[in-house]
Amino acid sequence: MKLTIIILAFIGLTVLYFIGMYNALVRLRNQVKNAWAQIDVQLKRRHDLIPNLIETVKGYMKHERETFEKITEYRAKAMAAGTVGEKAAAEGMLGQALGQLNVAVENYPDLKANQNFLALQEELTSTENKISYSRQAYNDSVLALNNKIQMFPSNIIANMFGFKQEEFFEIDIPQEREVPKVAF
Amino acid sequence: MWELIRANRRKSLVLFVMMGVILLLLGFVIGTALGGPETGYTGIIIATLIWLVMTLVGIYSGSSILLASSNAVKVERSVHPRLFNVVEEMQMSAGLKKMPEVYIIQSDALNAFATGRNPENSAIAVTAGLLAVANRDELQGVVAHEMSHIVNRDIRFMTFAGIMLGSIVLISQVFMRGMFYSSMGRYRGSSKDNGAGQLIIMAVALLFAILAPIAAQLLYFAVSRKREYLADASAVKLTRYPEGLASALEKISGSTADLESANKVTAPMYIANPLKAKGQRMRNLSSTHPPIEERIRILRALSGASYINYQETWQQVTGRNARLMPGSALAETETMAFRQKGEALIPEPAGLPFDAPAATQGSKAFKRSAGNLVMAANGFRFLDCSCGLKFKIPPGFSGKELKCSRCGTVHPL
Repeated sequence: MKLTIIILAFIGLTVLYFIGMYNALVRLRNQVKNAWAQIDVQLKRRHDLIPNLIETVKGYMKHERETFEKITEYRAKAMAAGTVGEKAAAEGMLGQALGQLNVAVENYPDLKANQNFLALQEELTSTENKISYSRQAYNDSVLALNNKIQMFPSNIIANMFGFKQEEFFEIDIPQEREVPKVAF
Repeated sequence: MWELIRANRRKSLVLFVMMGVILLLLGFVIGTALGGPETGYTGIIIATLIWLVMTLVGIYSGSSILLASSNAVKVERSVHPRLFNVVEEMQMSAGLKKMPEVYIIQSDALNAFATGRNPENSAIAVTAGLLAVANRDELQGVVAHEMSHIVNRDIRFMTFAGIMLGSIVLISQVFMRGMFYSSMGRYRGSSKDNGAGQLIIMAVALLFAILAPIAAQLLYFAVSRKREYLADASAVKLTRYPEGLASALEKISGSTADLESANKVTAPMYIANPLKAKGQRMRNLSSTHPPIEERIRILRALSGASYINYQETWQQVTGRNARLMPGSALAETETMAFRQKGEALIPEPAGLPFDAPAATQGSKAFKRSAGNLVMAANGFRFLDCSCGLKFKIPPGFSGKELKCSRCGTVHPL
């Protein structure tokens, strides 16, 4: 009798423990989703700002056609990207192209006096900052989820219910990753 | 972040209890002085009641009273989009669920503060003067410092400690005024048998009424000083760019304008001591903030953005061996690099409608930009005429159109 009670209590506690673990995994997965939604909002905002920016700037910057084309192309690519990895790569390129445009602005003093442009530039700067801060939050939550999925004993539950590891949002600018070519 | 909050809570509790003891002792001594040992306990009860009432008022309307008395107005996004953007950025970086309300303090002085009873009900207020002189990075540093006060729960502690200090000051003031304005004969008559003893008790009570507020104030300031360093450390962690805050503090320290609306209780809540612009250089028991030059030197000497970097640099610069934060907060081993100016981010824009980062304090451009900002905060609308004239339309203006006095163009509103 006593033994059955002990065994039942043990089983009960184990079940409770596993339920707790399952709930923790669900919570982490939702956190990742929420953090991703935050990034997505900012990326959308960036994509929305770009046509306005180009429209405002076009009249002033006659010699930057190439940069505009690049920005438009990367924007389209970024909007079409599906996975986190693809998106990160495309957004990285877009960010770089926007940076180039911004350097070029220095050569057009008239543009720097345009209120419309300045307001747009402030919005874009802020969006860039928000992307980097929300990226930080997203990567932190992905790290927490992936750790839980890999570590024992929560990995048992994770495998059982099909929790998947998520991808980090790393914006790498391709040049930085390329191995320097040495010619002899 | 959480270790800091927990350690803060522990320390606040100790300080809070110490201030509470001062409050109760004050009540007891005054009660005894007025009517003998039995009334000493009545004194405690009355002191506690005063404190309770003030706490209740403080919890529910403390921040609105503070904001109103410091001449701050709540503003819409359109008044200063950049300030809103920066607050949103820091909210994201700090992981705060709800955005603090944004206020502009109508003053030429350079300062800022945060208030509220918890992170969900908080507000950040920045002076018009600071908005006129700070560039984007500097503004971000200041807002990050204030956001740290919110996240580290400093605002809640400062509210409660401020209320406690206020109660102590109130009780001793009432007692001392009562002593000076009432005839001493009444008290002497009630204790014919031991007149000398009564006089001594009275003297002790008077002394206590003078010393209690000072002691409570020193305790209050001691904690507030340390929290300024911690908020600087957290601000660096939030922005990853210490130069922004350092250069903002430099501008603030160069300013000589006092913030007229600040007082001794509210002073510790500001980013830099608002009362004596000169007093920022001193380091003593009665200063509310650490010397501003020291804070700047620490920020400029940092080699990384994590708490352990700040702790080490703090020890080097101040020459003290003490611990600024609990060991658990320093346990993180990851190195946090700074962001480089303009790295992955777009270099800062040169100026916005009410923004003149190039303005030096006291210059004409500064006065104009700060003045416009205060007008915009109060609901004024601005209209540029093609001839270069700028209209400032007051909030109550009901006309349908406006005729330019210089070129005669009619602007529909």
